[in-house]
Amino acid sequence: MADYKKITLNGLWDNNPALVQLLGLCPLLAVTGTVVNAIGLGLASTLVLVGSNFTVSAFRHFVPDTVRLPIFVIIIASFVTAIELLMKAFTYDLYLILGIFIPLIVTNCAIMGRADAFACKNPVAASVLDGLMMGVGFTLVLMTLGAMREILGLGTLFSDMQLLFGPAAAHWKLVLFEDYPGFLFAILPPGAFVGMGLLIALKNIIDKRLEEKRKAAEPVSSAPRERARVTG
Amino acid sequence: MALIRTSSPHLHKASSTGDVMRLVILACMPGLAAMTLFFGWGTLINVCWAILLAVGLEAAIVLIRKRPVSFYLKDYSVVVTALLLGLSLPPYAPWWITLVGILVAVVIAKHLYGGLGQNPFNPAMVAYALLLVSFPVEMTRWTQPFVLLGDADSWNILPFTDTLRVIFTGFEPVWLDNYTGATPLDAMRHRGGMTTEEAWLSKPVLADGIGAWHAVSAAYFMGGIFLIYRKVITYHVPMAMLGALAVIASVFYAFDPYDFADPYFHITVGGTMLGAFFIATDPVTCATSNRGKIWFGIGIGLLIYVIRGWGGYPDAVAFAVLLMNLAAPFIDQYTQPRTYGHAKANRGMKGGQ
Repeated sequence: MADYKKITLNGLWDNNPALVQLLGLCPLLAVTGTVVNAIGLGLASTLVLVGSNFTVSAFRHFVPDTVRLPIFVIIIASFVTAIELLMKAFTYDLYLILGIFIPLIVTNCAIMGRADAFACKNPVAASVLDGLMMGVGFTLVLMTLGAMREILGLGTLFSDMQLLFGPAAAHWKLVLFEDYPGFLFAILPPGAFVGMGLLIALKNIIDKRLEEKRKAAEPVSSAPRERARVTG
Repeated sequence: MALIRTSSPHLHKASSTGDVMRLVILACMPGLAAMTLFFGWGTLINVCWAILLAVGLEAAIVLIRKRPVSFYLKDYSVVVTALLLGLSLPPYAPWWITLVGILVAVVIAKHLYGGLGQNPFNPAMVAYALLLVSFPVEMTRWTQPFVLLGDADSWNILPFTDTLRVIFTGFEPVWLDNYTGATPLDAMRHRGGMTTEEAWLSKPVLADGIGAWHAVSAAYFMGGIFLIYRKVITYHVPMAMLGALAVIASVFYAFDPYDFADPYFHITVGGTMLGAFFIATDPVTCATSNRGKIWFGIGIGLLIYVIRGWGGYPDAVAFAVLLMNLAAPFIDQYTQPRTYGHAKANRGMKGGQ
């Protein structure tokens, strides 16, 4: 039986698609200028991930190994199209802002990677959980990066949330600094690269500290540990 | 390396990083003096503020990295970085521009890469490029040389206390506009439908103020010659860079003198001289061998012309230097000199290795 706790931890932290696998960087760096953009793209990617993992896993016994990748692409593309139409219907303004990056979810390697590395080898429930956790992990990184860039670049937080959560969310916007001159660098893609680098560094520091603590707790180490990092 | 024939005793004192950096600082002084003379106290204040911040930040970062503080501060490299950034900022840049610049230069461009010697990009130029991209309004507000202010015989710069208030308190009276103006490069770029000749006659900063820029460039040139004389830098980078810029500017100028500025203009305005002798020659980020330095300099010269002519920013030295910094390891790979005893130089990458 699949270890659900491990799947959850893998998606959120140990094998986070953005921080560890470094997949899906193009949308990650391109649209995280504000929190709302980040959440929008994160939600869309998560939905696609869950849907594609579910379908790939359900059909895993019928897909011939030699042509599995084109079939995965077709499945993923169908879900992306559905999400795109949904966004056009319900969050049209956000759809306009995210633009080409919604159709480009098809090419997000994180999704293809999970389909090939996990869903086509595991039962449906585990695959859906894996898709959900990978998606949430991806979304959390997007949101953190979006928040960093929005605070630094515009001096606000949660601006334009009405694009995603309806008119009631219009007053969620927090103005952190009055008369902020704006820091264009944080909004532009180079700022996203630097922010991403800092986030990865932070994760590595935390991991190192945890590892040290673990070692201090049990000085006698037994068999070599399995590598946490999975390419996919 | 040259074989120097001298009589005994053959004593040799290796110059430390600190000695080299102190010479660079000394060589910058004529330029700093000329900037202060022609553009007012702003540059001097910026430089002092930048050095103060940089030394403090460097000490803090070195402490965080658990390394000996006084050892790293004594190499003066951070002072040079701050000095170069201060010299390239507009004289009335607000205090927080310098603060952001120094933060980026010291923390991101230098220590995140591993400190002095490990940084692939010139820290001062990373900071300058980031500031220029992020704060275009503040970074393009240049100062008029004093010769354009009031009657030409007196030294009409903004008084020291007013300059301090402009930089540190955001004090912006209406008459401050009299003291600010376009740089010659800006004036030449935004000349509308005029030919270069008409621009030279009608724009005050070109017609009357250009002397100030020539003087500042001459001061940097003097400093650069001093550095070459003291063997802190070699002549290769500055010569190749200025040569390439002059050649490409001459070609375009010969082709259409009404549309393209003359080579002398390109060499004597903007950051060309500062860039050629003080920024591009940074031993860490420059190509290593002499032959490599020549290619490195040529690249910078050509890029400066291209970016100035067809790019969107007022000056191009920072971008050109950063782009060539990126290319320096590649240049090194193909310009390795022949080692003594070998018939051929070991250049480039061998296939299948």
